[in-house]
Amino acid sequence: MTELVQSEPEGVGAHPTVPALREAFGDSILRHEVVAGDEHVVFVEPLRIVEILRWLKETPAHLYDFLSDVTAVDYGGGRPIQVVYQLYSIQHRWALRIKAELPISELEIDSVVPLWDAANWLEREVFDMFGVTFRGHPDLRRILMPETYAEGHPLRKDFPLRGRFTRAEQTRRALSREPKDYYIPADLEAGGEPQLVRWQETPEGPSEESNDR
Amino acid sequence: MTKKTIEYEVSRTPELGMDFRPTEGVLSAAELPEPDFGSENMLINIGPQHPATHGVLRLVLELDGETVVRCVPHIGYLHSSFEKLGEYRDWNQIVPLTDRMDYLAPLIYNCVYVMAVEKMMGVTVTERCKVVRVICMELDRVFSHLLWLGTWAIDVGAFTPFLYAFQERERVYRLHDAFTGARITTSATRVGGMMADIPDGWAEGVRQFADTLPNTLDEVETLLSTNGIHLGRTQGVGVISGEDAINSGLSGPNLRASGVPYDLRKDRPYYDYETYDFEVPIGEHGDCYDRYLVRMEEMRQSCSLLHQALDRLPDGPINVDDPRVVLPSKTDCMNDMESMIHHFKLVMEGVKAPEGESYFAVEGSKGELGMYVVSDGGSKPVRWRVRPPSFVNLSAISKLVEGGLLADVIVVNASLDIVLGEIDR
Repeated sequence: MTELVQSEPEGVGAHPTVPALREAFGDSILRHEVVAGDEHVVFVEPLRIVEILRWLKETPAHLYDFLSDVTAVDYGGGRPIQVVYQLYSIQHRWALRIKAELPISELEIDSVVPLWDAANWLEREVFDMFGVTFRGHPDLRRILMPETYAEGHPLRKDFPLRGRFTRAEQTRRALSREPKDYYIPADLEAGGEPQLVRWQETPEGPSEESNDR
Repeated sequence: MTKKTIEYEVSRTPELGMDFRPTEGVLSAAELPEPDFGSENMLINIGPQHPATHGVLRLVLELDGETVVRCVPHIGYLHSSFEKLGEYRDWNQIVPLTDRMDYLAPLIYNCVYVMAVEKMMGVTVTERCKVVRVICMELDRVFSHLLWLGTWAIDVGAFTPFLYAFQERERVYRLHDAFTGARITTSATRVGGMMADIPDGWAEGVRQFADTLPNTLDEVETLLSTNGIHLGRTQGVGVISGEDAINSGLSGPNLRASGVPYDLRKDRPYYDYETYDFEVPIGEHGDCYDRYLVRMEEMRQSCSLLHQALDRLPDGPINVDDPRVVLPSKTDCMNDMESMIHHFKLVMEGVKAPEGESYFAVEGSKGELGMYVVSDGGSKPVRWRVRPPSFVNLSAISKLVEGGLLADVIVVNASLDIVLGEIDR
């Protein structure tokens, strides 16, 4: 996967950014592919991802200022997970896809939230669904699944479609959540205690007195 | 801090009421010591079951009086894991999942999904199919904006536009029904074409709708565009600059209201949009009122696009002539061995996409709607990813409401035009 291909793919229109990117970052640009006719994909060294994306965003000749999407792809079978960045330059009308491959044993990459606020929730979703940790993310917690979700990361290929726990256990967990679980520490730290109205079920069921009335 | 006594001159004039301004010579308002009431910020929770959050959005707000200090959105209450489900379905079976995401503009989602798959497979659809899809997408842009218009008006305190908007929406529902047999869950597209060709008279129905909708919009605009309450509640509220909007990933009308002319129909044209004559409305203040104006104008432009598309609707087949992706006709199937084999393979195994991947984005009703599909050569995707415009738009809500008033949170939320089905997916 880290094989170096120095030549550009043949038979397609060259992308205006890729040669410049290769010149600026040399060996950190691992591969360049063209898929679906005209979509350019550049595989980069994960350790330099922020540096490379900052260069793409801020170099005046390129200006990839719009981060469309951050996502990940798991091919399964213990193969590396790809983190995918879809970039777009509004001024030049160029699109570019940057990929960083992370070995399944070490799913960590630097966060690009310092560059784009848009990455905040998108990276949280990748963390939630794939378990990729984004170093330096200001608020890395689950976003679609509940905070207390304990079954793992659903979009990984080794995750079974119906989840890891039995249906009964899933129901029990869903019902046993404390009202406090619905608030995150950040909710609670500055705003004071939420007023919890607890509903207590009496162990014996409804008392006989109430039945008489 | 030493306490200073301030004398107030209380005068009573019948015209002006009580005058509590400090008398001359004492402190101005800016120099007054901050009153200390021993108060602390209050935490309030809006949603997930709240009519003004447009679904199951939950906002935890920290308030200082009526000012929002901090806003923490919580989502995921409607999470159905469509992307995971998609990995267990073949390419055509995913279509019904797509319209359940954004049930306010189902046809756009149907279309963009198959467009991404077709691009990956290298299938070029017929001219008629292209135009029909353009009609579908523009029709549903109006469909979605009409719901936004109705709920937006309710959120700023006007009920009547809701009725106008839903009356018009009902007409689109009927068009959906006539074309696809369903009012919301249309599932109208297939890889390589459409579920069926448009029925007789449907094009006339669309034309009639596009003819009369601008009149309704005019009527609604007389109720809202110069309405003092509406102006007061929306102008200067939820302001975001163009630069910040790009940084936050806003797209669609929300981005254009901030003055950034980014519309995928113009910037990354697909389906011959470059040959249609339409304008992209741009706001200049980036506030809620500009978002309102941009969407109103977009509906008019979509009506014009509908007319242009109907005028150029060519005859011919709607599905590609490619046995790898489209089912053969019943007659062929019964008479021709080869067609029967194709039919059997397609039904039993599904369409097979070659190894590859594609990211295809269109201008959806909410913003840049992208589909990223990855195939390993099988009949099921390795990964099917939706670039959700509402999800990214909503992530900017904290920035938009912090520092504003509690009542403005509802207006800002309405102006972003979110749909929780697609945010939670």
